[in-house]
Amino acid sequence: MIEPAIPSRRKFLQNVGYISVGFSMFGGCIGKTDPAIAARFDYLGDLPRSMNQANQVNAWLEVSADGRVRVFSGKVELGQGIRVAVQMVAAEELDMELDKVTVHLAETDVTPNEGYTAGSGSIKSSAMSVRYAAATARTTLLQLASIKLELPIENLALYNGVIRSTVDKKSVTIQDLLEGAQIETEVKSPVQIKSKEDHKYVGKAIPREDIKKMVLGEQVYIQDLRFPGMVHARVVRPPNYRSELEHLDDSELNHAVPGIIKTVINGNFVGVIAEREYQAVKAARYLEMHSKWTTPEIFPAQEKLYDHIRNIAETPENIRDDGDVRVSLEQGRTLKATYTKPYIKHGSMGPGCAVALYHQGILHVWSNSQGIYPLREALAAMLKMDTEKIHIVSVPGAGCYGHSTPDDAAADACLLALDYPGKHIRVQWSRADEHAWEPYGSAIIADLEASLTESGKIGAWKSDIWTDSHSTRPNKDPGTLLAARYLENPMEMQSRGYRGGGHRNGDPYYAIPNLQLNAYYYDGPLRVTSLRSLGAFANIFAIESFMDELADKAGKDPLEFRLEHLEDQRAIAVIQKVKDLTADQVMAAGTGLGYAFGRYKNNDAYVAIAVKLAVDGTSGQVSIIKMWAAIDVGEVINLDGIKNQTEGGMIQAASWTLNEQVTFDQQKITSTDWSTYPILRFNDIPEVEVAVIDRPHEPVLGGGEAAGPPTGAAIANAIFRACGKRIYDLPVTPGKISS
Amino acid sequence: MPKYNLNINRAQTEVKVEADTPLLYVLRDHLELNGPKFGCGVAQCGSCLVLIDGEAVVSCTLPVSSVGKSEITTLEGLAGKDGKLHAVQEAFVKEQAAQCGYCLNGMIMSTVSMLNKNPDPEEDDIKKALQLNLCRCGAHTRMIKAVETAKNL
Ligand code: FES
Ligand code: FES
Repeated sequence: MIEPAIPSRRKFLQNVGYISVGFSMFGGCIGKTDPAIAARFDYLGDLPRSMNQANQVNAWLEVSADGRVRVFSGKVELGQGIRVAVQMVAAEELDMELDKVTVHLAETDVTPNEGYTAGSGSIKSSAMSVRYAAATARTTLLQLASIKLELPIENLALYNGVIRSTVDKKSVTIQDLLEGAQIETEVKSPVQIKSKEDHKYVGKAIPREDIKKMVLGEQVYIQDLRFPGMVHARVVRPPNYRSELEHLDDSELNHAVPGIIKTVINGNFVGVIAEREYQAVKAARYLEMHSKWTTPEIFPAQEKLYDHIRNIAETPENIRDDGDVRVSLEQGRTLKATYTKPYIKHGSMGPGCAVALYHQGILHVWSNSQGIYPLREALAAMLKMDTEKIHIVSVPGAGCYGHSTPDDAAADACLLALDYPGKHIRVQWSRADEHAWEPYGSAIIADLEASLTESGKIGAWKSDIWTDSHSTRPNKDPGTLLAARYLENPMEMQSRGYRGGGHRNGDPYYAIPNLQLNAYYYDGPLRVTSLRSLGAFANIFAIESFMDELADKAGKDPLEFRLEHLEDQRAIAVIQKVKDLTADQVMAAGTGLGYAFGRYKNNDAYVAIAVKLAVDGTSGQVSIIKMWAAIDVGEVINLDGIKNQTEGGMIQAASWTLNEQVTFDQQKITSTDWSTYPILRFNDIPEVEVAVIDRPHEPVLGGGEAAGPPTGAAIANAIFRACGKRIYDLPVTPGKISS
Repeated sequence: MPKYNLNINRAQTEVKVEADTPLLYVLRDHLELNGPKFGCGVAQCGSCLVLIDGEAVVSCTLPVSSVGKSEITTLEGLAGKDGKLHAVQEAFVKEQAAQCGYCLNGMIMSTVSMLNKNPDPEEDDIKKALQLNLCRCGAHTRMIKAVETAKNL
């Protein structure tokens, strides 16, 4: 038997009023009998990476004096429902009622450092860490109770915070057992976890509690924070990325707008602070009109974008090379095609916002950043401060779908807070700045070539992917923060960030003997970073469109053709499922049914999508009628969470496919609002249906980004079935079909 | 600075604010109401909707000086005094019709406004009523379902 770890004497969390003394017999106080306690089994697998640096139970969970369990997650809530997922796994392992578990999300020095909330990793890393921490906590609690109650563990049961003897009347609550201490046991394999068959919450559709707060206006978003004496700021951004401030006249600002506190000018960074929010809005407008900037030509002509990309790309890097692609491509019947996807926006509904306070040498920051610890490093480097002097609290924001503007807004707020200490400074971006200055998802070109063997199978495949970076997220390089590049001593970004995301899913998941993937990286004209699913959206759009073209060339049914090239039964299962879901569809003239498949990152969730749509032959207008998804994320944690993410992922991707592209002229971004960058509105919203294949005995996979990528291709394939027009270039504007 | 006597959520409230200030800023910044949200400031997204005399109105471009004696209801004013949710709020919770929820204020306001005029809308009416409202998370289909649920509550 493992020695029970001795809990530390660390006090209960502050502001939990009472510290228990001694040991009380709780006996019959809790009326109803507890349900039978489920069996446990030894989990022998790996622990999530998040646990490498936070391997003690108390890094993830604490017991409060009132017996509630407080769970810590280093992830932030993006609308993906991490809070309820974490709550569910903790309650499950501890056999607690859900409402006795509260969740504390990312805060520096309070929650574990889990890097970024990105890459569909919240459940895989954070919820799984909490599962093993809670399971370990249970084991420790039972061991402690066994000593205290002088009974063997076999005769004890933990339920809803009370450990009872199964042979006599003895019992003890977990808070009394810990006497104010917390559990410092190291979490290590094997961990005794609950048998999956006995799950009470996990795998079920559990409603999120925060939605009730949202409908009442009680959910506090970053935009909603208010502190006594808080003041409002706006940043006046230059006309384009490389504009220089030539002249600014704020001498009359005080007369023009009441409530002005100060203008802050630092190189090309211009901010203004006012007492009231709308005063700050007006002041920023005034300064825009009373300043002069250079407006150098910095962009290529939009219609030449893809030529420009080919011209500036570096020599290709070979990513994968199986068999002999060259020889096989020469032998078979070959097909070639080029697919393109423009720059697209995150387009969060809530433009960037942050609050900062510089007080007694400490910089306090409130942010909806996806990675508060890395943000702290970037801020420290920009401001030349010690990281220990910066404290960041994560606050929910509007969905951001990747690295959008929260970090940049935090940098703005910090610069202004240092210039005006002692007050909470709230910075809010305008819609136009959000649209023009957010970092976009890279434009991508996919040149594909494949050959068919005599039996109509793919003998060789080559993907050449042209891509810019897919992560310029904050890190210790201060140039990752927008404002840093515009200061009097500008800090340019040192690297190009993570470019590998560009060829994500660039190699098909199909079994093809000769397969080559090359990446042509370019350092493009527009600001770019991670946007939901990175390169996978463009690459799966290309690959899965091409699969339909190849199936046609081979004279085969597109789904059968895919199945012929798959060996993984789980991939086959999602395709089969979506085929069944659409089996009874009757297709009228002018309508089409298209399919696509993708395994996200080629090692994560499996998704097959079907799309039914109608094409108006004269106008070229596409109307999506219905979309279906079959998804396998391994073990399902919150069934409704995965459905919600999958529905939303399909709809967002339909919007990318049909509507979206960042537009620019040679001097500036020209899509600066929702009319110049239209996204789907309700009139265009189709019906959606999601089938989830639960595999409770498989590891958890990340589901947040999996559905989007195949959606684009399924739409393109449906358009082809409807009207015979093959889509090579996104978005699918009506003109591209009618021409 | 001019003073305005506003009728908000069934109470009279006085604010001192410049005449051109949009109602949205008065509600959020001066009156500390978090229901209406800033999304675009140019009447394109619906985040900032409030009810004015029962009808959904964009508050980000509406100067406070033009509100007059009208009855303003924000998200905070929808639930009953006893805390009972309005049928539309209840329906959105029931259908779990949100992801980040930032757009939810506008969705609920548009729905209440439509149901005030048309208690039994068809799907097309619902879509039309929500046409101004943007949702980036793609929670639309759940919202349509929520509206259908709301009309039966
Ligand atoms: S904020 Fe008013 S419509 Fe967008
Ligand atoms: S739920 Fe996030 S914008 Fe609608």
